[in-house]
Amino acid sequence: MTRLILRRLALLVPTLLGLSVLLFLWVRALPGGPATALLGERATPEAVARVNELYGFDKPLIQQYVTWLGQLLQGNFGVSTRTGRPVLEEFTNRFPATIELTVVALIVAVGVAIPLGYVAARRQGRPLDHLTVVASLIGVTIPVFFLAFLLKWAFAVNLGWFPSTGRQDPTMIATHPTGFYVLDGILTREWDASWDALMHLVLPAIALGSIPLAIIARITRSSVIEVQDADYVRTARAKGLGPDRLRRRVILRNAMLPVATTIGLQVGLLLSGAVLTETVFAFPGIGSFLANAIFNLDYAVLQGFILIIAVVYALVNLVVDVSYGFIDPRTRATR
Amino acid sequence: MKSWKLVAVSTVGALALTACAASDRDSDGGSTDGASGGGRDTFIFAASSDPAGLDPAFANDGESFRVARQIFEGLVGTEPGTADPAPLLAESWEVSDDGLDYTFQLKEGVKFQDGTDFDGDAVCFNFDRWNNFTGVLQSESLSYYWQKVNGGFATSDVETLNGTGKYESCEAPDASTAVVHLKSPLPELISALSLPSFSMQSPTALEEYDADNVTGEGDAPVLPEYANAHPTGTGPYTFDSWSPGEEVVLVANEDYWGEQGQIKRIVFPIISDATARRQALQAGDIDGYDLVGPADVEALKSDGFQIVNREPFNILYLAMNQAKPELADLRVRQAIAYAINKEALVAQTLPEGTEVATNFVPPSVSGWNADVETYDYDPDKAKALLAEAGQSNLTLDFNYPTNVSRPYMPTPEQVFTAIKADLEAVGITVNAVPDPWNPEYLDKIQGTPDHGLHLLGWTGDYNDTYNFIGVFFGGPSNEWGFDNPAIFQAINDARYVADIDEQKAAYEAANAELLEFLPGIPLAHPVPSLAFKDDVKGYPASPVQDEVYNVITLGS
Repeated sequence: MTRLILRRLALLVPTLLGLSVLLFLWVRALPGGPATALLGERATPEAVARVNELYGFDKPLIQQYVTWLGQLLQGNFGVSTRTGRPVLEEFTNRFPATIELTVVALIVAVGVAIPLGYVAARRQGRPLDHLTVVASLIGVTIPVFFLAFLLKWAFAVNLGWFPSTGRQDPTMIATHPTGFYVLDGILTREWDASWDALMHLVLPAIALGSIPLAIIARITRSSVIEVQDADYVRTARAKGLGPDRLRRRVILRNAMLPVATTIGLQVGLLLSGAVLTETVFAFPGIGSFLANAIFNLDYAVLQGFILIIAVVYALVNLVVDVSYGFIDPRTRATR
Repeated sequence: MKSWKLVAVSTVGALALTACAASDRDSDGGSTDGASGGGRDTFIFAASSDPAGLDPAFANDGESFRVARQIFEGLVGTEPGTADPAPLLAESWEVSDDGLDYTFQLKEGVKFQDGTDFDGDAVCFNFDRWNNFTGVLQSESLSYYWQKVNGGFATSDVETLNGTGKYESCEAPDASTAVVHLKSPLPELISALSLPSFSMQSPTALEEYDADNVTGEGDAPVLPEYANAHPTGTGPYTFDSWSPGEEVVLVANEDYWGEQGQIKRIVFPIISDATARRQALQAGDIDGYDLVGPADVEALKSDGFQIVNREPFNILYLAMNQAKPELADLRVRQAIAYAINKEALVAQTLPEGTEVATNFVPPSVSGWNADVETYDYDPDKAKALLAEAGQSNLTLDFNYPTNVSRPYMPTPEQVFTAIKADLEAVGITVNAVPDPWNPEYLDKIQGTPDHGLHLLGWTGDYNDTYNFIGVFFGGPSNEWGFDNPAIFQAINDARYVADIDEQKAAYEAANAELLEFLPGIPLAHPVPSLAFKDDVKGYPASPVQDEVYNVITLGS
């Protein structure tokens, strides 16, 4: 197990190095430049030249890349041209918001998808099963931002059940020791702040969780269908195992292996979906900040954020791989 | 059976959660709001982005200014609803006959928010601070306005900025007087001092929190503690907190020298998406927002929201590049001017309330001239002029930007389409050349002679004609493609006429001369709109956005 983890961590190095080159080139291939984005339409060529000099954009690409990589190795991700603050600080300030959103989205997705997928599989070919398949198809195909927009329009703007933007009611004065607002309210016993933060999460989490929900439901369904006809299930049933124990100990546990992989893969989807969802709901996480960085051609933020997200993604997948061992002991030996 | 239960339980659970949420919001909505009994005292105004920083001397964008206006005050303010200078921290001022000495009589008994006195020494401290910015602080993205207005710094590594400023020194003969000495006249100084960049800041706080210590970690500036968390001015609100990307919060300055007003707390939630701002207002999450899209105005009005218009302080024009031989002929330029139906253009493509332009400056600027040649719509005259110029079969490139909305030009494609139809009606063949705004369009227009007709504009900073026509016609440029030393001279001379009345006359003459020469056609001054809940009263809309929230009242 330790060897597996170490090998995977070692593999991360070339992956990130390759990604850093791609990122660096991609960001510089974007039309326009940070100087024109910063200075606006009446920027004099001298002013543009000064900004380029200030941020080193006038140097040869190779030199810029080497400088950037050198700084990265010292943990310096550079400074946002738009806010003037270190990229790492911008990231850590906003990451709790996105983690909170992603976790709630994942809870919504998994919490609904697994029961739904299971039930559909057990009633294969019946109306509920067809409904689940169609609904999950729709869930996969509706773009996140569109769903976000619809949810907001219906439940925030028209019905007024949920807030339309942000993480906390602006009139509410709350303290935030950890940056996880729901948790903060519990820690400081400001229950109304905690509840308010949770309400702000509902619509974005449903929007963000929709695609993972659909995917996980489909995988659960097909996996349960496969497992429930397996020989060992029939054997277990023949040996007189009760329906409850059969479901929990045999069918679900065996069917969960591909589901766990899928959930791990969804984390990447959630992080990328957060860019759109957070923008629609003006949710102050890394996603909305990244979207702004794209509009403002904030090179350092684009490079830094995407690189950190890649690391997070790789680590989450590592955790998923390790968790196989707990679900299915056989994989511990073979891997 | 079991499986049905599972689904039922999760569905009921989800519904219950939703219902709880709904009822909670209904019952809770008022309690956090109404701290002062009947009316609300928290004003929530959506910002489109974070402020660039909280030190206004390093700011030059609307969102930074919006926050700075609440915390800080300058020597000079504006008359409500206009761009005209008015006393603020200076109760009055006198300018010497040679235009070199400005004596400011300061308001007495004013204190900074840190309890220190606002006096003549504090004024001089601020002027000296601006003039002595060095290194990274001289970057145009930081001290833009001091550079633009003063023209340089005490010393600089950049030759064009080294000792080239107008400012010489400042002295404080007594606590309520400050005298600013200039090396040469700068008549726009008084108007310019109404910019938030020239706000009076507490010398004690500036020093304590290292305001000028902009470090160059890596090779980019990092703002110091002062600009991140300790802005200290004399205004009606003090800084409370700033969560980047989320919100800026200000609270009432209990010791404010003026009227404190009803609003005790201001929250600027940051909502970068224009649609999200509108929906936040419709959902009741915010009290108001700026930069309302022209397409949203009617819908908001019919939903019972208020639309407040600022007097326009901008110009949208059609430029005619004289590097193209056809356009170097005055008769052709006149023909194009007569061919365009500006009234129809404004009615069809620009927000309601937009004024048709006759000058390259808006009417609220002092050098605006009512008697310029206006080229009223006359297609027959246009055809006659084209025939006279031998250009009856004229073909012209028409450049316009795509995928952009500027305050002075919300929908460039529509403006283009309307003008194209007018030009074709008089026999001009229009060759459409659309380009993405940044960088292609701007590069082509400003960096190359390769364009014919094009659309562009500008929003002014303060009440000064040079701030418009000096930007466009201060010297030869690729954008306009002409070299007319007489015009350049007239505009640049007018800038430094010490006597304000004489300067006004000189600018009026320059504007008239421009409209004779007709390098382009002023089209319109599109009106910028804000939207508010219906119980927001007395929003002090200002053409130069000098809007301080202590005069607003909330609640019926």
